[in-house]
Amino acid sequence: MELTCLSKGDGFHYPPCHMLNLCGFRILIDCPLDLSAIKIFSPVPYDVGFEASEYPSSDVSLDAQDPVQKKQKLERQLTPADLVCAEPWYKTVKALHLWEASLIDVVLISNPMGLLGLPFLTQNPGFCAKIYMTEATAKIGQFMMEDLVSMHKEFRCFYGPGDSSYPGWIKDLDSEEVPALLKKVVFGESGDDLGSWMRLYSLDDIESCMKKVQVVKFAEEVCYNGTLIIKALSSGLDIGACNWLINGPNGSLSYLSNSILVSLHARNFDINGLKGTDVMVYSDFSCLQSAEVTENGCISPNTDNNYLSTISDNKDEDLAASLLNTEDSLEEMEKLAFVCSCAAESADAGGSTLITITRVGIVLQLLELMSDYIESSSLKVPIFVISSVAEELLAYTKTIPEWLCDQRQEELILGEPSFDHLKFNKDKKIHLFPAIHSPNLITSWQEPCIVFAPHCSLRLGPSVQLLQRWRGDPKSLLVLEDGISSGLALLPFRPVAMKVLQCSFLSGIRLQKLPTLLSVLQPKIVLVPDAVSQRIDLSGMKINSILSFSENETLHVPRIADNTSVEITTDLASKLSWRKLRQRENFGIARLKGGLLMEDGKHRLVTGLEQEESSGKARPLRYWGTVAQEPLLGALLKMGIKGSIEHSTSENGLENSIIHIANPSSGLIETSEMCTAIVAEDKNVASQILQGIDEVLDGI
Amino acid sequence: MAIDCFVLGAGQEIGKSCVVVTINGKRIMFDCGMHMGCDDHNRYPDFSLLSKSGDFDNVISCIIVTHFHMDHVGALPYFTEVCGYNGPIYMSYPTKALSPLMLEDYRRVMVDRRGEEELFTTTHITNCMKKVIAIDLKQTIQVDEDLQIRAYYAGHVLGAVMVYAKVGDAAIVYTGDYNMTTDRHLGAAKIDRLQLDLLISESTYATTIRGSKYPREREFLQAVHKCVAGGGKALIPSFALGRAQELCMLLDDYWERMNIKVPIYFSSGLTIQANMYYKMLISWTSQNVKEKHNTHNPFDFKNVKDFDRSLIHAPGPCVLFATPGMLCAGFSLEVFKHWAPSPLNLVALPGYSVAGTVGHKLMAGKPTTVDLYNGTKVDVRCKIHQVAFSPHTDAKGIMDLTKFLSPKNVVLVHGEKPSMMILKDKITSELDIPCFVPANGETVSVASTTFVKANASDMFLKSCSNPNLKFSNSTQLRVTDQRTSDGVLVIEKSKKAKIVYQDEVSELLHEKNHVVSLAYCCPVKAKGESDNDVDLIKQLSAKILKTVSGAQIHESEDCLQVGSFKGSLCLKEKCMHRPEISSCSEAVFLCCNWSVADLELGWEIINVMKLNLDNTCKVKGDLL
Repeated sequence: MELTCLSKGDGFHYPPCHMLNLCGFRILIDCPLDLSAIKIFSPVPYDVGFEASEYPSSDVSLDAQDPVQKKQKLERQLTPADLVCAEPWYKTVKALHLWEASLIDVVLISNPMGLLGLPFLTQNPGFCAKIYMTEATAKIGQFMMEDLVSMHKEFRCFYGPGDSSYPGWIKDLDSEEVPALLKKVVFGESGDDLGSWMRLYSLDDIESCMKKVQVVKFAEEVCYNGTLIIKALSSGLDIGACNWLINGPNGSLSYLSNSILVSLHARNFDINGLKGTDVMVYSDFSCLQSAEVTENGCISPNTDNNYLSTISDNKDEDLAASLLNTEDSLEEMEKLAFVCSCAAESADAGGSTLITITRVGIVLQLLELMSDYIESSSLKVPIFVISSVAEELLAYTKTIPEWLCDQRQEELILGEPSFDHLKFNKDKKIHLFPAIHSPNLITSWQEPCIVFAPHCSLRLGPSVQLLQRWRGDPKSLLVLEDGISSGLALLPFRPVAMKVLQCSFLSGIRLQKLPTLLSVLQPKIVLVPDAVSQRIDLSGMKINSILSFSENETLHVPRIADNTSVEITTDLASKLSWRKLRQRENFGIARLKGGLLMEDGKHRLVTGLEQEESSGKARPLRYWGTVAQEPLLGALLKMGIKGSIEHSTSENGLENSIIHIANPSSGLIETSEMCTAIVAEDKNVASQILQGIDEVLDGI
Repeated sequence: MAIDCFVLGAGQEIGKSCVVVTINGKRIMFDCGMHMGCDDHNRYPDFSLLSKSGDFDNVISCIIVTHFHMDHVGALPYFTEVCGYNGPIYMSYPTKALSPLMLEDYRRVMVDRRGEEELFTTTHITNCMKKVIAIDLKQTIQVDEDLQIRAYYAGHVLGAVMVYAKVGDAAIVYTGDYNMTTDRHLGAAKIDRLQLDLLISESTYATTIRGSKYPREREFLQAVHKCVAGGGKALIPSFALGRAQELCMLLDDYWERMNIKVPIYFSSGLTIQANMYYKMLISWTSQNVKEKHNTHNPFDFKNVKDFDRSLIHAPGPCVLFATPGMLCAGFSLEVFKHWAPSPLNLVALPGYSVAGTVGHKLMAGKPTTVDLYNGTKVDVRCKIHQVAFSPHTDAKGIMDLTKFLSPKNVVLVHGEKPSMMILKDKITSELDIPCFVPANGETVSVASTTFVKANASDMFLKSCSNPNLKFSNSTQLRVTDQRTSDGVLVIEKSKKAKIVYQDEVSELLHEKNHVVSLAYCCPVKAKGESDNDVDLIKQLSAKILKTVSGAQIHESEDCLQVGSFKGSLCLKEKCMHRPEISSCSEAVFLCCNWSVADLELGWEIINVMKLNLDNTCKVKGDLL
């Protein structure tokens, strides 16, 4: 097995991308888009007739900003004029372009964000891989791609049909004056990222891509090529997001994508399904984003050791229980509640709130909390959701009990809506509009209000226009997702007077939980990113080996099982001709028959066609042991062959015996410890001697 | 190993479906239904047959309910709450959501209207449903270490599933009720091609073969239309879920198209509530409905209103869906009592009516009066229409499914004995699959698949990945691939069997290889001729090629090789392998050696060389 990490990704919106080589099959896991890169483009300018006021901006931040970003800001102040004024291109995984698309056998997509780059791959005429993803991932992912295309349309309208072959804007970026930050985004650290920029796909491309997809349910077993049994198991990250379990003839492999152990909305992380695999690929890079690491640098080994000792004392169930404690989810809940209260505060003060979060799960929960909040308070502010797919997406979330967490499932089954806001939707407290220029929007528009509008990059979609409208209003609030590097994101809107709330939500397993998780899952070999193995000491774990992998390097993983299992059908087993061995009563040996097939990921030996031919006169082809001369003489005598023994020593010093045969025709048997040669002119005599040898020597 | 299929209910009858299957020691109960036509203890399956002591938890590994009809789920609250079963129960999401509605509706009908003692209470239903684990289609559930179950789409009603269960190497499918054609709102049954030891199939329509259902749908619509056009009232007694929605979709659609304003009523809020579930569970409906639901949810009926008791005697035409179906009791029967005497009215009976119900009596003949349960008689002057399309598969569907799955055995349940017997003969004769029709209380035992499991060595698998074609040319050319015959299965007592490549056997047994070969130093040419040796080898190999088919000959200066056969020019005065008496004593010899694997080949080559020598000797003799 081989693992190549093509990209370690960047947070929730840009999941990692890996290539696996398993049983000779190439498996691509996830095909994301680096949407944060489009921030180098300038948004479509809107003349909203609202002068930006001179209030100083007050950033409210939940978590510390990325220190790297801060440093870069110091180097050289970017101005809005530095941004590229052109129809944006999109940045895909660079290393993926180095692989021949036609040689990929399987594509596994673990969450909707991992799907966004797939149409680029399926456009390739040689592409013929089988694509698997969960039904919900396909549905939500398709919504997101369609939304992306529809938001991008504004740029097309603005800049007109451009040259599709080569983007002119790249030429302009290659000069000295261009700020280093922009150059880094465009050309990459090593300067060779240029090839990863692609022009956006069309709706037709999305459609033809989705036609190639085979959707699966959670825990549905699909068999690829009779060899690999692939199973999607809930990861808890979002609706439909999954981890993968792949069983093949050479053992089992589990792939852990970014997971959330206790989810507030999606189906919980499926622990049981992932237990005891031979190889586990831990691809959760979320620790790179999380604050605790950047603050402390590394988790101190002391606390870590304590942790490990408690692990070994605990029982399996307790461990699993400790993993599933609700601490994290409560924290998430508090964050959501905080966002709500901030929004309510600004509404109280007469300001509007713009929420640009695009994580489906977070949006659903925020909508729910907001509408509950508004319902219970005296506040009367409308909620607008402006997105080309808002209506379909919300309608879809009404019909998916299978993909939700237990509590919401229960509610659905009891006949209540899975998300509280769905009933408000009916009461017209939440207004859904496909676009900001929708005809009914202006009639129901009312400020202050709370608006959910994509896109989180602040370059696409209705959020751009609304931000331009409210940026000068200090009473208004902008809710951003963290990891968006607010500096660059807000650049074209500066000066920003409105409050900015930047929040980060859990998008993976916390590093401290990894040791516990590993001791519950007990894989034989674990592959972890070098970023993880540098930050946490896993050497105390009871795991055969822990290997670390890094971006753009291929890691070869040795096979675990020495022997591969083969299943033999009973009717074939009963047809085998068994031989008993001399002096070994416990053994039975038989030469095989039939055909070896690969079925359901297992080698199977089944009845073949050539039975009748080989059945009768099967004779041994391999012998072992030594020939005892006296019994051989006796056996030959029974067949009427007389011989006499003569001992000799051959030139290389080995003991040699020769049995001379005189009757019925001449011949001799030359025998030593290792070999026996039958010399006879007559074929029949030779066969008879062979028969005699069969009687005194074990063979098959 | 064997599979025992113990039929507790729905053996040679329709009603109280309950089949208990034991696979390699694991016992699974499929469905837990009640008989709608029985009032006595016979209405439930006889659970005491499973365990005398009443300890069901250790006897049954799990219960799987295929869909929410009363004859499949009706006895579940009784079994869990009264009999005390506490093990796992599995249902699809829709079944879990809708079963309590069905059970509650039935309980209310039985208790409130017929005045019977309570069989189970509302609390029983709630507590029972709490134990139910909801499953999704195709989700593979590991019930315990050995038992694996999986649900497949069955059509029939919303959330109906077929169940695949596997223990070790043995696997079965229990179909529940299924429909092999798509209908108004549901898709057709869909299942993978599985390797099965046993298929347990329903056989409600074991001999019926149906054509297209569109003419029959039209018949139904016209009958209802005619009735309301004439000012009559149409009564459609049906259970809250399933048929009601299907027929309502039909009528609602027809009403739209024909612009009819006659009201369609649902007898209780219950069915309206049920429609809400249908809207939520849209992913379980047919592809057609799924695609449309974004724009218009087909379960948003435009013309449907709630019915009020006072409307029974209101003038004017209407259509009423009333529960329960089959006119077995309750509100539908009450309405029937009032509406049946008028010749303007219509009673449309959808689906199957169990023997003993008023519905069955109406369908059986054309009675002018009908006895109700409490002894009162009702004059029947209204029209009776039997809805002739059904969510059950027909005989062709059963045969198609059986043929598709090709199980080793078939058991038929949920049908009427005479037609089941006909179907049984058909399956046995046409598909050549043993078929059984057990009655209630009977057990069918069939053999189960087991595989011998062995660990194979890499060398063996490697040798198997290359073709090892053998050509034989006895009467006609035959090509066989015998790559597996290089493998050897070694079994040692109390250890796992091993498969190794033939060369590895001795190592496994801690023995040394012993090579047995044949040797013969063969005279090939009389001495004293001028030809050099290279030509001799060439000449020989050409001869061999001519006689031995498919031989691959490698030759060098003084030796030649075919397979394991090696011959090299023997320059020794006296060779051990040379026969003492030779016809041409002064000759060139080829010292040959070949292994037992190429026994025949070796002799063939020797023969060729001998013939060659004889010929040259003869030629020489002639010359002399």
